[in-house]
Parts: sequence; C-alpha cells; structure tokens
Amino acid sequence: MIKLLNVSKVYPRTGSALEGVHLEVPKGQFVFLTGHSGSGKSTTLRLIHMAERPSSGEVLVDGFSSRRTPKREIWKVRRRVGFVFQDFRLLPGRTAMENVAFALEVTDTPRAEIRPRAQRLLSKMGLSAKAGSPVHQLSGGEQQRVTIARALASEPLILLADEPTGNLDDRATRGILDLFWQINALGMVVIMATHDLELIRSYPGARMLELDQGRLVFDSHTSGGGS
Amino acid sequence: MAHAFREAASGFRRAPLLTGLSAFMVGLALTVLGLFALVAFNLRLAVEDIEERVEVVAYLRDSARPVEIESAVQSLRGLPGVEDVRFFSKAQALERAKEELPEIAEISGDLEVNPFPASLEIRFLPGSRTTESVEAVAAAVSDFSFVEDVRYGREWVERLFLLRRMGAITSMILGGAFAVVATLIIGTAIRIAVFARRDEIFIMRLVGARDGLIRRPFLIEGAITGLMGGVLATLLTWGTYQAVYHFLFELEWIPQSWIGIGLLVGLIFGAMASSLAVRRYLREV
Repeated sequence: MIKLLNVSKVYPRTGSALEGVHLEVPKGQFVFLTGHSGSGKSTTLRLIHMAERPSSGEVLVDGFSSRRTPKREIWKVRRRVGFVFQDFRLLPGRTAMENVAFALEVTDTPRAEIRPRAQRLLSKMGLSAKAGSPVHQLSGGEQQRVTIARALASEPLILLADEPTGNLDDRATRGILDLFWQINALGMVVIMATHDLELIRSYPGARMLELDQGRLVFDSHTSGGGS
Repeated sequence: MAHAFREAASGFRRAPLLTGLSAFMVGLALTVLGLFALVAFNLRLAVEDIEERVEVVAYLRDSARPVEIESAVQSLRGLPGVEDVRFFSKAQALERAKEELPEIAEISGDLEVNPFPASLEIRFLPGSRTTESVEAVAAAVSDFSFVEDVRYGREWVERLFLLRRMGAITSMILGGAFAVVATLIIGTAIRIAVFARRDEIFIMRLVGARDGLIRRPFLIEGAITGLMGGVLATLLTWGTYQAVYHFLFELEWIPQSWIGIGLLVGLIFGAMASSLAVRRYLREV
C-alpha cells in the first residue's frame, strides 16, 4: 500500500530531514511512528501525503509514484490518504456538520448525499448531538473527532495522524486511539506519529517505527520484538 | 460551477466587511483612473474643437473666372484629407465682414468698390488636420494662377499639432502610471481577501479538491469584487463630474463605452488578481 524506497529529504534552509528511509506498509496495518522532535516524523507523513516530494528515492502510495504523478493529479492521492493534525485545522465559525460537509462538497460528492453522509460520519464519531455546534464550542477531543470525520469523508485507504493526541487529556486520547483502532479494523492503514511511548506500549499489536535524526533506527516488525 | 457560485456567495456572507473593504479599495483605485479619463476626454474634446478650425483660405484675384474656380473646387475636393471646399464670392465676403464687424456695416454704403476678395475655404477631415496635410493642400491651391494669396496660420497649426502629440504622450504616460498603481492596489486588496480564506484553501487541498474547483470560487469572487469596485468608481467619478459641472466649469461626461470598458477592466483585474493570489497557495501544501 505504501512504499518508501531509499527516501531522503533535504530542505534548502534547515538541511537534511530524512536520510535513506526504506519502508513498506501493507494494507490494513496500524503503525506508530515515533522519535524526538525534528526526527522526521512529520516529513515522513507529508511525503506519504505527497505534500512534499523526496529529494531522492521514491514514495509509492496505492500505485501513485512521487516521481511520476504530475502535480495536477495529486488530488487523487489526497483522496486516498486522510490527514489528521494535532491542531485540528478546522474552519472556525462553522459547525461540525459544515466542516465535514465542506470536505464532501469539494470532492465531487453529489449534493443530495452531502448532508446524510456528513451526518453518518459524525455519528460514527459519536458526535450526532454536536453536529450543529460551532467547532470552537467543542472540546479538544470532540474537535479531533470532527477532524477525523473530515479525513474519512473521501473514504480513504490510509489515515495519517500527526501527533493527533498532543493537545488532548488522557481520556480524550484513549477515545481517539479507540477510534483509530476501529477504523483500522475496517482495513484502513493508520499511521500515527507520536512521541508518547506510554501510549504506544498500551497498543502492543501495532507496528512501531522509530526515527532518529532522519534515519529509521527501529522497526518492531524487522527487529522481531514488540514495542 | 454551482459549487463555485455558492462558495463565492458564502465568501461574501462570511466576510462582508473584508469583501466590502476590498471592493472599496478597488473602487478608489479605479476612481483615480476614472477622473483621469474624465480630464483626458475633456482635453481631447477641447483640442478637437480647436482642430476643427484648421483650414486653408485661398484669396482669389478679381480676374478669376467662374469656370476656373469651379474646376479648382472639384480638383481640391479630390485631394486626400480634404473634407470640403467652399467658395465665397466678393459679395459674400463683404456680407460676412458686415456681420462680423459693425464698423464695416457703417461705412459700406460709402464704398465705391468692394475691397474684399473672393476666396476658397478648405476644411479638413478629422485625422488629416496635420501640418503635412495642410501644407500639401496649401501648396496645391497656390499653384492655381488665379490664386493671389494662401493663408493657414502655419505656426499655429504646427503648435496645435505639437500640443496634440504632447497631450497623447502625457496621457499615455500618466494613464499608464495610474493603471499600474490601480493594478497594484487591486492586487493587494484581492490578496488580502484571499489571504483571509487561506484556511479553506488549505483544507480543500488537504482533502483532495481539484485545483480548478479551488480556483473557481475565488475567480468569481474576485471578478464580483472588481465589478463592485468599478461601479463605485463610476459613481465617485460621476459625483466629481457633477460637482465640477455645477460649481466650477462646464465639462462633458465620459462616453458610455469608456465606462463599459472601465467596468470590464475592474472585473477582469479582479478575477486575474484573485487567480494569481490563489495560485500562490496552490503551490503550497
């Protein structure tokens, strides 16, 4: 499903962010991506989302190559890859329903289907009662659920989450993780970047990848050990 | 396309103050151009008014025969740039002198002979009132043997021609400078409006919207903002025109076609500025 073939990323100002990362993630896998700040977690996610292109090497996402996919077709990759941020990135002043509906509107969903689908997504996130609430009135955990609903709007095959629980308390964090597991159980790849090792340890079934200074230094699947 | 119009409308609804301010800035920028157009148009009218008086007058000898004169009139009418050739007889010249100068009317009874010569007055087509045309016609008419003298105010025509050329160059430079300033202001106003909606562009890119779908609402919004600015500029220019007309001096209102072009320019500038501003964000993410 996802392949990073000897991928390096160098930024003109800050220098090397990733160095020779080689990685394959098959369909249906749950992956924790960990490492210190600046280790390359976010860069890896952005490369998979094709928000960036590697400086060398190749990224393959469901058959789309970072080398061969033209800029005008990146949207096809984006619809296969949902993205969740630590700071939610919701549209302020709009309701939970409007935020999810917006993602459906701009991705060619027939008009008649938008509201029912947004409603279904929010209800899966346990937010039926909050659909009409402006997002700034929701708690952090609730806002992150709206973000997840939005990320799932295009029925992606992959869900990327960049420190999605960084701003949440323990209870909300558990709630979000449980949601990710449910989503993963439906066959979707989930890759979650986090530096919370405690959290990773409580989900031993997941694959753990550790980055350090742009290099992949640990892979629980090849090291034969758990987390 | 329906989504583009809905989104453009929602953009106006969500940020009416910002949209209003953008349209106001666009309007002020276009007003500068509108006022310039008003001044340039009236200067052009004034120059044209003076130009209409450009003519060559050939004074004829008393011995000139009607057949010769008629033949000369026909051949002069065939010259390039000539609009009309009119013959004034000695009697007509005296009548005109009496009308224009009351003193002549008083002494005309005492005159034994009519001292005024017959003449040919040659007028030029617009666009041919140049030094070259006038000199060519003056040379042609002076070739006739029955022509005693030819007058056209050589220096005056040359100065007029120079004035018109300077006017055209000044209009181009000033108009160009105003247009550049207006473009910069419109560009900035629209960029601010697009900047305010960068979060939406970010989300659209994030979830996989096509570039065209992202761009379209902004194009429509930019075009409408530009058009609103154009309408405002027309109103402000009209107000200034009315004030000048009533309190300072009479002047002409600019032609409808200029206003149409102005509104179209506002609309196109708005759409283009918006498209450029969005393109910046489309490069990111």
